[in-house]
Amino acid sequence: MSILVIVEHDNSSLKAETLKTVGAAQKIGGDITLLVAGFNCQNVVDAAVKVNGVSKVLVADNAVYEHQLAENVSLLVTGLASDYEHILATALTTGKNFMPRVAALLDVAQISDIIDVESSDTFVRPIYAGNAIATVQSLDSKKVITVRTTGFDAVATDGNAEVVTLDTVTDAGISSHVNDEFTVSERPDLGAATVIISGGRGMQNGENFKLLDGIADKLGAAIGASRAAVDAGFVPNDMQVGQTGKIVAPDLYIAVGISGAIQHLAGMKDSKVIVAINKDPEAPIFQVADYGIVADLFDALPELESKL
Amino acid sequence: MKVLVPIKRVIDYNVKVRVKPDHSNVDLANTKMAINPFCEIAVEEAVRLKEAGIATEVIAISIGDKSCQEQLRTALALGADRAIQIETSESLDALNIAKLLQKVVEEEQPQLVILGKQSIDSDNNQTGQMLAALTGMPQGTFASVVKVEGEKVNVTREVDGGLQTLALNLPAIVTTDLRLNEPRYASLPNIMKAKRKPLVVRPAADFGIDLSPRTKLLKVTPPAERKAGVIVESIDELVEKLKNEAKVIS
Repeated sequence: MSILVIVEHDNSSLKAETLKTVGAAQKIGGDITLLVAGFNCQNVVDAAVKVNGVSKVLVADNAVYEHQLAENVSLLVTGLASDYEHILATALTTGKNFMPRVAALLDVAQISDIIDVESSDTFVRPIYAGNAIATVQSLDSKKVITVRTTGFDAVATDGNAEVVTLDTVTDAGISSHVNDEFTVSERPDLGAATVIISGGRGMQNGENFKLLDGIADKLGAAIGASRAAVDAGFVPNDMQVGQTGKIVAPDLYIAVGISGAIQHLAGMKDSKVIVAINKDPEAPIFQVADYGIVADLFDALPELESKL
Repeated sequence: MKVLVPIKRVIDYNVKVRVKPDHSNVDLANTKMAINPFCEIAVEEAVRLKEAGIATEVIAISIGDKSCQEQLRTALALGADRAIQIETSESLDALNIAKLLQKVVEEEQPQLVILGKQSIDSDNNQTGQMLAALTGMPQGTFASVVKVEGEKVNVTREVDGGLQTLALNLPAIVTTDLRLNEPRYASLPNIMKAKRKPLVVRPAADFGIDLSPRTKLLKVTPPAERKAGVIVESIDELVEKLKNEAKVIS
């Protein structure tokens, strides 16, 4: 069997989540090819050839792929599809955007957000915000799949794949990029961090999120937030952890002033170790936390920072 | 300009779903149902476009059995002008839903189709993108701002790391994210008025599409339960446990 994995990247670096998507491809089993679609993305290609278990890296380096517009990327992938039984992308906002378009153009269903592989046609995925786990069999000959990376281990990066440059340029010409407003941060991405510290409504305002900075610096952590904190306007939405935000599974997740609504738990309950700091002993977050401390966060945070 | 808004009837978002003891599916018997929250945001956005004088007509559409008329009436009460129910008792894959919607798009020729980015039951996040593929329209998914400007619509999208704005040729597909707007509550007079707005029922079979399933649900199980851990008495104890017991910090 042949598997095509579409690389998640920003034209300058290969996102670590791709290594887990390749991990999912290895679990399906077969000859794995990567596709890098971007513009001036040689650094990504250099990283892609080192991904373990990959035989080939297809490269489509052209201005029409710079922003990975779904209209253009889906045409590219569809044109390559005949060589592969499985097409995989990471379930991040880029993959979630273009993959269903690929599936529909190929006239097949998509299996979204898989967290496990049972066989080459049967996959496990969360439904109802993770409150139920479905095992789904694809009846199509071709499988189009997005991978939730919290379910798979990253592959190593000491491989040596062959690079194949693609000459085809697929420009649908119906959409264009206007601008990006990206949050600039020195901290790791939420999706890649091994430690995350998140604040909730208990933080009271955006200014107080600075109390998390010192701890995050000491632990090399990413900073997240609950939807309640985002809705209250404390912090931007790209910090949101939860069913409607990022799904994360770090080694250590510290929830500060977060009550533990179902929709937040759906985004972090696969973390290895969960710590909850909350002054309400009845908060549901304590039911999933490995270590809880009932305390006022304004006392607990400075003390924790000083003792790390 | 006409705006088409496909909506879905789902479990109310406040209700915790239960898995059936035989693991065949979730148990929705006697469960409170509602319009999918992302779809409600889609209806609100379409109605705001009409109030701003940009949209001329807002058409709500749902695919399902008779019970989804309840959610179509909700959409009408929120300000949609008329509704279409495509009647089927089957639970359809997103691809088949998109194929049915494609037929309605061909008939109605909307300039904009606004959908929720995903439904809170199946969590697929597929239908809008698939409809865009089938109709050949551009897509603005996970929208937090929608601005119609002449022959184009500018869509600001919630993406990893921040926001991305795209310009799409009309007609176009937009899928909503949470921050696009805050839906209004339907007023009692509008709920009464909605009962008299037109709602057309059309059998799915009339569209001449092969709706055979593309996926098979083998089983549904509850998620692994996480056990509650220990309450520590002090920050010192917490740090000690994280270092020596959990070994997640050094």
